[in-house]
Amino acid sequence: MTEQATGAHHPQPRPRSGGQHSAPEQVTGAQSLIRSLEEVGADTVFGIPGGAILPAYDPLMDSTRVRHVLVRHEQGAGHAATGYAQATGKVGVCMATSGPGATNLVTPIADAHMDSVPLVAITGQVASKAIGTDAFQEADIVGITMPITKHNFLVTKAEDIPRVIAQAFHIASTGRPGPVLVDIAKDALQAKTTFSWPPTMDLPGYRPVTKPHAKQIREAAKLITQARRPVLYVGGGVLKAKATAELKVLAELTGAPVTTTLMALGAFPDNHPQHLGMPGMHGSVAAVTALQKADLIVALGARFDDRVTGKLDSFAPLAKIVHADIDPAEIGKNRAADVPIVGDAREVIADLIQAVQKEHSEGHQGDYSMWWNDLNRWRETYPLGYDQPDDGSLSPQQVIERIGQLAPEGTIFAAGVGQHQMWAAHFIEYDKPGTWLNSGGAGTMGYAVPAAMGAKAGAPERAVWAIDGDGCFQMTNQELTTCALNNIPIKVAVINNGALGMVRQWQTLFYNQRYSNTVLHSGPDDVNPEARGTRVPDFVKLSEAMGCYAIRCESPEDLDKVIEEANSINDRPVVVDFIVHEDAMVWPMVAAGTSNDEIMAARDVRPDFGDNEDD
Amino acid sequence: MSKHTLSVLVENTPGILARIAALFSRRGFNIDSLAVGVTEHPDISRITIVVGVEDLPLEQVTKQLNKLVNVLKIVELEPSQAVQRELVLVKVRADNETRSQIVEIVQLFRAKTVDVSPEAVTIEATGSGEKLSAMLKMLEPYGIKELVQSGTIAIGRGARSITDRSLRALDRSA
Repeated sequence: MTEQATGAHHPQPRPRSGGQHSAPEQVTGAQSLIRSLEEVGADTVFGIPGGAILPAYDPLMDSTRVRHVLVRHEQGAGHAATGYAQATGKVGVCMATSGPGATNLVTPIADAHMDSVPLVAITGQVASKAIGTDAFQEADIVGITMPITKHNFLVTKAEDIPRVIAQAFHIASTGRPGPVLVDIAKDALQAKTTFSWPPTMDLPGYRPVTKPHAKQIREAAKLITQARRPVLYVGGGVLKAKATAELKVLAELTGAPVTTTLMALGAFPDNHPQHLGMPGMHGSVAAVTALQKADLIVALGARFDDRVTGKLDSFAPLAKIVHADIDPAEIGKNRAADVPIVGDAREVIADLIQAVQKEHSEGHQGDYSMWWNDLNRWRETYPLGYDQPDDGSLSPQQVIERIGQLAPEGTIFAAGVGQHQMWAAHFIEYDKPGTWLNSGGAGTMGYAVPAAMGAKAGAPERAVWAIDGDGCFQMTNQELTTCALNNIPIKVAVINNGALGMVRQWQTLFYNQRYSNTVLHSGPDDVNPEARGTRVPDFVKLSEAMGCYAIRCESPEDLDKVIEEANSINDRPVVVDFIVHEDAMVWPMVAAGTSNDEIMAARDVRPDFGDNEDD
Repeated sequence: MSKHTLSVLVENTPGILARIAALFSRRGFNIDSLAVGVTEHPDISRITIVVGVEDLPLEQVTKQLNKLVNVLKIVELEPSQAVQRELVLVKVRADNETRSQIVEIVQLFRAKTVDVSPEAVTIEATGSGEKLSAMLKMLEPYGIKELVQSGTIAIGRGARSITDRSLRALDRSA
């Protein structure tokens, strides 16, 4: 028999005020819900009311500790909660009514699930007696979100509300974080009950392992000091575990190169001499090649995603793998691990530091000087870069680079999905955790504006720039109204190339430049030829209509002036419509389904790696 | 592909079977057989799942199952260390000529005749999958009119119980 689980422990929520259990009070289920949210420390909730959740909105109006931000679409509420969580490190909260309100949360919940974001979604449900009868605005949201939540609950009794809310926040924020949905029947919100805090949690099957195994740590330290070509492959788990200080110590102690994934930008300073850049499909040549030629990969809170590994069976063929993750199911899922370590990244790295120090004190120190010769040559020969367009139009990369350079200290950047996202990853320097928000796993277009809104609501003292594409912007820009009306002055850069740029890039490279349905600024030629080349919609007018300050920028000479103007306005949202060259492409690139060995530094430029493959 | 028998102890809560079934289908694992029932503790159900996978995907199955919040414990029961049983009810065409031959087969496999009519007999049999398929093969020539099979259930040999520790966990949280 092989036993898979061990004994349980039962963490209890701590009372926030005074450490005392509160005496039971007579309340409604709805009041109990709002009191519970106050007790778990939810200071901001993004949502929209509707029939089934309506009872909850009445006591919410009186709460001084919970701020509700009325969004314009539930998807905006979900991404805002995600942006809030990624910027603050706290649990993000969104709220919606039953049926379509709840189903509109599906995309942001799936997004948060892929990126392990702690999120609690609260949805109203039809009265418990009506469940299963196809009642008005009924949807089985618990069934629908089962595969895209860490866990979910259906609450039909008022007395269960405090316990379930406490459990939801506990599950969302511990172990590998993730979204938890709490669906509450309307009659449970209306019923009379008693409220006392803290409730007793009842989660006998939930016991995340955080403390790494000492033997595995020693083994990993040994491999690190024995390796000739090691790479620290750092994923989003390091940010979630707040382990960036420890990571810097480990990196400098070992002298090994570091690559941070798209989800981990900011976990290790971009300007640090040991930083190789981002790995993956659009990673730097140095980072991608370093992983390919490594003899040891130390994966910390990373999951060997297909965008990082390329064709899996040719990924890093010579490397031994140390794989540390808080989720045991990630270890060995895509790539077999030689040294598996289950644990919280912060504890893992802290223990690794000690174990490596011990190896050093015994005279075992890694010599990576030959490796650094190779790494530095790749870095110098194939740096990230871009060409200026010949026609004098704006280069999207330059726009993004200058936004990064002119942004105030501590600015948070939130990107949509596509070319602009990759350029924002490449050309903005991230030095601190919580400065880069994006939809990495799910690739959700439309993420940027609402996520920036959530980040700004959670960190009002920091500047927040959304770097968005014109395709993404048209999916969720309605939340600019929310920003304008709720004093959430974000800044949005619309990188407007009039096309679905990344898809267009693939059509250029792999579909013989047949641009099927990727042109956004006009319809098909034969339908309305007059519309060709016009800008519909006019993003400046659109943004102004939503209460924003809006500027258009079309030429490189105006670039800095426009960005500085945007930076100077802090009393309302600012939108800048940057009209950029439509043929710019994201490089380097590993074509989908091919080996990372086939990385192209630029179009038709395959890096020359010389003869150093087996030194 | 090899078959593995997993005993999964779960909290007896609504929707748990849906969670497990959805996990298997989403991750692309095939369930060969599945049986659910409550255990000696009313708050714990036991799901016996026979899954046909290689060792490495099996590790993923158990790790993913363990991530379900309502799953308390997963034990793989090795065939040599466990008793495994299935139940079949089978209706076989029988007339005066063949009935005695069929009853002989029933006795041979230590099965039971549970219903008789002029045209058919209904047989109840328990045993391992191999034994039951051998019996069905013998009955086939007479004409199987209807067949219903349960999922496999299994229990480890010896005095040890896999529910002990899970029960303690549940008691503590009560």
